[in-house]
Amino acid sequence: MSEAFDTARWRPAAFLPEKDARDPALIFVIAVLCFLACLTALGALAGDRGARGWTGQLVGEATVVVRARGGETPDAAAARAAEALAGLPGVTEVRALEKEKAYDLIRPWIGDVADLDDLPVPRLVAVTLDRKAPATAALLDQALKRQKLDAVVDDHSIWIKDIRRAAGVVRSTAIAIFMLIAAAAAAIVAFATRAGLAARRDVVEVLHLTGAEDSQIASLFELRFARIAAVSGAIGAASAGALGGVLRMMGGGEGLTPALPIAWIDLLAVLPCPVLAALVAAIAARLTARRLIKDL
Amino acid sequence: MSRNAQAAAGDSLSDEILRFSDVSMRYGRGPEVLSNVSLSLPRGSFHFITGVSGAGKSSLLKLIYLAARPSSGTFRLFGDDVATMTARDLTMARRKIGVVFQDLLLLDHLSAFDNTALPLRIAGHKAADYRSDVAELLTWVGLGSRMNALPPTLAGGEKQRLAIARAVVNRPEILLADEPTGNVDHEMALRIYRLFVEMNRLGTTVIIATHDQDLVARSGRPVLHLEKGRLKPLPPQGPVT
Repeated sequence: MSEAFDTARWRPAAFLPEKDARDPALIFVIAVLCFLACLTALGALAGDRGARGWTGQLVGEATVVVRARGGETPDAAAARAAEALAGLPGVTEVRALEKEKAYDLIRPWIGDVADLDDLPVPRLVAVTLDRKAPATAALLDQALKRQKLDAVVDDHSIWIKDIRRAAGVVRSTAIAIFMLIAAAAAAIVAFATRAGLAARRDVVEVLHLTGAEDSQIASLFELRFARIAAVSGAIGAASAGALGGVLRMMGGGEGLTPALPIAWIDLLAVLPCPVLAALVAAIAARLTARRLIKDL
Repeated sequence: MSRNAQAAAGDSLSDEILRFSDVSMRYGRGPEVLSNVSLSLPRGSFHFITGVSGAGKSSLLKLIYLAARPSSGTFRLFGDDVATMTARDLTMARRKIGVVFQDLLLLDHLSAFDNTALPLRIAGHKAADYRSDVAELLTWVGLGSRMNALPPTLAGGEKQRLAIARAVVNRPEILLADEPTGNVDHEMALRIYRLFVEMNRLGTTVIIATHDQDLVARSGRPVLHLEKGRLKPLPPQGPVT
């Protein structure tokens, strides 16, 4: 029976079959990996923001513990300390805290005390520092010593160091997990490329023997898997972005917890996912295909 | 000089298209499938390769269409030693060879038209430049009404002709065919043979591996006869009917 075939309207068909029964499974696996990678990126951003928020607060403040000595009252010693610190370069505000506030800080450990006057609670002086050029602990200490005050300056440097170290660990861990997921995705694509080449060995063989260059054949698989990975990446990124949005809405400005404050802008981090996934897949497919074609 | 001797003599022809010098071949660590084969074929010649199954016919063709390498000896193709060819040289050489594979190797997901156009597309030609040529060729091989058909829907003879159309579409310098008449009736075998003769008349060097002694005898073409991987004198033929 004759078939209508318009030569003028003919367009070359794809060398590889458009669809493969294994594609949905591959899309699912890569989408899950992309989802996890995006969540890792969101977690890292939120952790970093949390750490920066804490260190920012601590860097802008210092606390001075003042003990009265000689016949001087604690209130007078705290007032003298505040006076000594006010006006120093890098200091914007100094406040001597009332006895009750100092007591509030240690109440969890000593419980209720009937007469505060019987308790030698040291006085606290809160110092607000200039964020751009904060005064150092040494400068504050010198100023207090000049006034012969028995005082200890705490510029929170130990805490800041700890928080920064913790933030660094979170960041490094996130990068390591991200790389691990990318490597897993690449391995899966390489495996799928091998399977694809094995399943399409007839096509590869015909192309090879008909004079196709190795790069020509490899690029077919490269494009195919890059496209699959881009679709998978988009699905994974959209899912992670949606989950991030839900967490942001559930937790308000603080995100799910104050430790992981997700911001709306963080959700933009998932956008490069499809491109990155396609890139990883393309490289993995190209390397695998070229190696296999060489063995033909 | 006998037909076989004529083919295998390896006369130093100035216009030889390929030359085997003491070529042996084995697959992996297996036994030799070709042993010390020496022959030279002139450009524009037409040869049959005969021999029983396992004699080495397909292996000899594989060497020629560059799907395998000799394990020893020298094979020169288009004037170049294949052993020293780069990957790019090999690719370019393959583009000058048309092959009708024993199992045809048609791509089932491509239409007859796409299958035929394959070598031209691979070589980088523009569709506009070859559309009409492909259609004309398919009509010439009797598939003018089946251009849009997928290979699984074609009959055996149609598939065979499609494979031939793909092999000749880019006017190859060498046309190889491995048992091209193996699965078709006598009449179709003759039609296919005439196609090869026509290609040869246009200047293509044709080499056909076949069991079809009747076709070989009728053709009067030179024969390369293989026995256990070695070129041997052609055994005496029965009367041609």
